[in-house]
Amino acid sequence: MTSTAIFLSLILLALVAFALTRQKALVSAGGDPAKLHSLPRHYGYFASACVILPGLLAFSIWLIFGKSIIEGLILAGLPENVYQEGVDNAALVLNRIRLAIENTVAVEKDPDILAAAQRFNDLYIKGLWATFALSISFGLVGLYLAANRTQPDFRARNKFERILLIALAISSVLAVATTLGIVGSLLFESLRFFQEVSLVEFVFGLHWSPQTALRADQVASAGAFGAVPLFAGTLLISLIAMSVAGPIGLLAAIYLTQYASVRMRKVAKPVLEILAGVPTVVYGFFAALTVAPMFRDMGIVLGLDIASESALAAGLVMGIMIIPFVSSLSDDAITAVPKSLKDGSLALGATPSETIKQVVLPAALPGIVGAFLLAVSRAVGETMIVVMAAGMQPKLTANPLEAVTTVTVQIVALLTGDQEFDSAKTLSAFALGLALFVSTMALNVVALKIVRKYREVYD
Amino acid sequence: MSKETTEFKPTDWQSPEMKARIKRRYRKEKSFRVMGFTAVIIAALFLVTLLGKISSDGIYGFFQTSIDLDVPFSEAVIGNPRDMDADAFEQQVMRTNMLRLINDALVKEFPEVKSRRDRRELIRMVSSGARAQLRDMLLADPSIVGTTQRVRLLASDDIDQVRKGKINPEEAEANRKVKDRELAWYNKLVEEDRISLNFHTAFLTHGDSRDPEMAGIWGATVGSALTLVVTLAIAFPIGVLAAIYLEEFAPKNRLTDLIEVNINNLAAVPSIVFGLLGLAVFLGVMHLPRSAPLVGGLTLALMTLPTIIIASRASIKAVPPSIRDAARGLGASPMQVVFHHVVPLAMPGILTGTIIGMAQALGETAPLLMIGMVAFIVDIPGGVTDAATALPVQIFLWADSPERAFVEKTSAAIMVLLFFLIMMNGLAIWLRQKFERQW
Amino acid sequence: MLKMATEFENMTDVRTAKMSAKDVHVFYGDTHAVKGISLDLHQDEVTALIGPSGCGKSTFLRCLNRMNDTVTTCRVEGTITLDGENIYDPKIDVVQLRARVGMVFQKPNPFPKSIYDNVAYGPRIHGLAQHRTDLDEIVTTALEKAGLWNEVKDRLDSPGTALSGGQQQRLCIARAIAVNPEVILMDEPCSALDPIATAKVEALIDELKGRYAIAIVTHSMQQAARVSQKTAFFHLGDLVEHGDTTEIFTAPKEERTRDYITGRFG
Repeated sequence: MTSTAIFLSLILLALVAFALTRQKALVSAGGDPAKLHSLPRHYGYFASACVILPGLLAFSIWLIFGKSIIEGLILAGLPENVYQEGVDNAALVLNRIRLAIENTVAVEKDPDILAAAQRFNDLYIKGLWATFALSISFGLVGLYLAANRTQPDFRARNKFERILLIALAISSVLAVATTLGIVGSLLFESLRFFQEVSLVEFVFGLHWSPQTALRADQVASAGAFGAVPLFAGTLLISLIAMSVAGPIGLLAAIYLTQYASVRMRKVAKPVLEILAGVPTVVYGFFAALTVAPMFRDMGIVLGLDIASESALAAGLVMGIMIIPFVSSLSDDAITAVPKSLKDGSLALGATPSETIKQVVLPAALPGIVGAFLLAVSRAVGETMIVVMAAGMQPKLTANPLEAVTTVTVQIVALLTGDQEFDSAKTLSAFALGLALFVSTMALNVVALKIVRKYREVYD
Repeated sequence: MSKETTEFKPTDWQSPEMKARIKRRYRKEKSFRVMGFTAVIIAALFLVTLLGKISSDGIYGFFQTSIDLDVPFSEAVIGNPRDMDADAFEQQVMRTNMLRLINDALVKEFPEVKSRRDRRELIRMVSSGARAQLRDMLLADPSIVGTTQRVRLLASDDIDQVRKGKINPEEAEANRKVKDRELAWYNKLVEEDRISLNFHTAFLTHGDSRDPEMAGIWGATVGSALTLVVTLAIAFPIGVLAAIYLEEFAPKNRLTDLIEVNINNLAAVPSIVFGLLGLAVFLGVMHLPRSAPLVGGLTLALMTLPTIIIASRASIKAVPPSIRDAARGLGASPMQVVFHHVVPLAMPGILTGTIIGMAQALGETAPLLMIGMVAFIVDIPGGVTDAATALPVQIFLWADSPERAFVEKTSAAIMVLLFFLIMMNGLAIWLRQKFERQW
Repeated sequence: MLKMATEFENMTDVRTAKMSAKDVHVFYGDTHAVKGISLDLHQDEVTALIGPSGCGKSTFLRCLNRMNDTVTTCRVEGTITLDGENIYDPKIDVVQLRARVGMVFQKPNPFPKSIYDNVAYGPRIHGLAQHRTDLDEIVTTALEKAGLWNEVKDRLDSPGTALSGGQQQRLCIARAIAVNPEVILMDEPCSALDPIATAKVEALIDELKGRYAIAIVTHSMQQAARVSQKTAFFHLGDLVEHGDTTEIFTAPKEERTRDYITGRFG
């Protein structure tokens, strides 16, 4: 028995339900579909929905909570010397059990763990069978009820459409659920982190070295978790990126909307679109293998000490990545300025550049500010370029020639490779993630508000 | 200055000051225009540099150097296939150390090399993948045992780099990986016309490897494909249904406003945050298998959902109300209006948005790092729950490798990834143009 | 038609025209929008351009300060002179030309700046004032001439877009006046205004006519009759009839003019 098998049998049952009720509806109407309230297939759809939905409900409860429940049972059943409630080594024990299950090679020697692994396996199989039985019986009950109601005057179509509408609504709520999931999981893990490290230290501490907190059972003696150097590094690289992308993106947008010929636009727009479509990992590769060494060599020629993972290289390449973002959003903002304003200025004898600088840009300013804020949020959250081209040293510096690290780099560094879910080191990644989410979300909300307000002015 | 004089004195446009001023203004105009043009050119130059650098490196990644050696498939080493049945022979071949065959071939080619240490160095010129090559040859045709065959064996990555001119023989010996003696051997092989550079299909058909000359992207490609299938299976139906609901059925109230704002903001959340969500929920709570395309696909689905919803809504909104009125006038229920008329008409736009979303998902790396699709995996994944990696992650992993030869492999992998992205975006553009409708 | 035009030229040759158009054709791509129009504008006079929609009167007006240059597909043939100089001559600087030939648009289009900055914008870019006090003077005078001074003198710093429609249009007129133009072109300046605001703008035009050559495109024949001394009737890109306003409205020579004026088409 596997999850896939349960899912497939549910589908099969639904198909059977469709065929049965469709036939039953026809028979109940004496073979004359015109006597039915709805088309025969609507009765079938309704029955299928009655089978699938309760069945899936049972199935998804198993999918989401099944393993956690089993783990709880296993932990509770373990002898005290292996696991005690209150002592925070649950994840470690569970990991050993999991390894014992997965590993064909017997590394695990502890008989308690081996027994637990055996029990886990038994429970898991039992759970699967129980889920199978439960979801199929739910489905059968649904089929029975639906078949009972299959009468000529039953409004099958309306009922089915009702169900469909609810399904549509649930789909749209899922987007909100994603946000709630993000907020929930980040908050939950962060709170666990802040039980061990004070919020004040995290937000204002100047020293970051999570690597000392290696032993999961000694989290209290954790290393330093002052995130200020990370925030500063993120800010520095974003600043460099924006000082590349801001002017170039804006000027390109101005040129393309105000000066360029149709032919020029036809060439330049795809160029920017391709630039926007290149995956960030490609930019990261370019930054790490081409730009950063080039800067370092240039530094040697100029007698400057440029780190091989300088903030400048990562920032510059990130800036290139953001150019199309800035330019397309600025483009929208500039084209939204009514032509009458431009005409008014030109008719007074202003040159095109005077018109752009003194009339068009001030009028488009909110839109451009919004574009820049969205671009900053993009830069702050960008991961691959900095992971590949920026350093790991949490240094508090404003010198772009030195290596700095960012929030996203640390998240990746903390969560790739072997990890314990409970250690402060791992949890700190979620705290960083929360900081990242909150700051980018704030930027986005403000930016979208500005842009929306601005659109209303000229609509 | 009295009012009367300002009113009636026309501006003296011909005065030298005014002329100079106008000249100055036109200079500013011109320089501003040039600045704008320069910005566009800079952006274009960046793109050309990026693509140029990657394709000039990457093109080498598709080719690999081989050494033609006369390999004596001696019975003494392998055993005689005529003495045993097929199964026994196969086992015998699997047991045999093919290095001995290669060693014999090299001894014949370089009789002057005597010491064990030098021999070891000599054998390092041939890729470790050559062993599998010989094994496959024997299994395919046992009759070659006892003969000497000229075999085109894969060269090691260092020899490959020499052949491709990436290692400069002029450089001081201490600074290069390939030493003078190896270069001498290499030159001898070149003189005998035994070195050749060939198109390397294994790059497209093999999984990952620690040796650059053996590494391929097929495993990562399959991983990406499986991941995208999961993403599409989740994000497309939910995204379209959500868009239909919001556009056609949702009452205009605070809740739907909230959903709308939420979707717009979700589209701008950094991708790594989705990775954290996947880690905490799919791995932490639901205990789905780590490193699996299933989890990667689910995570990317949540990330692509806003893109699909936004594109689908725009497309549904573009269907004119007259069509809905016409269908309603014939007695269709609201659901029938939507599913029989509006959605089919909006489908090209919805598909375009979906493909663009999928292309984004294909290029995404950071969330996959979070859920562990970053392991070194040699096997080609066979299903959505097998451990796998994805193309962008493979690029990330190779970019991190110290071997110089991985640079061109990384670039080649990028070329493949970009090829897929261009195909997907091309398909989206084609769809848009083919079905573009002016209402 | 052609005879008409020459006849008219002879008639007006007595005085030198401020602006003079001779055989002007305008094309938008393949569309022939204005077909061989000759017309003079005089100092101290308001000329009304009337005719049904799409008759080319606005297009013709926009040729007079080369605003049609901003439309890439637009092509102008024939000569238009300002003080005897052809304004389509490559030697002519369009920036200067537009400063001398001001324009007021159909919809009020104040810049999203303060009232003061709206009016000061032109003088600033053209460098008409050396000192802040000069600029103040120019702004004040322009607002006074536009009859807006008393309404806005206490809130020169508030945004121009916050004014009412009629005030905005007078602000745009003040803005045009501030550059010290010689000719003012008005493209249906009252079409977006209510009757009271319209009356104010019409009074203003009357006030201004002594100092500038004014051309006004209008849909309203009553307005043309009220504010203009000369009237030109356009139809389908042709100049059908042109002459003293009173004459056009009381004794039109052409059948089409009479039909239009009596409201038989339009």
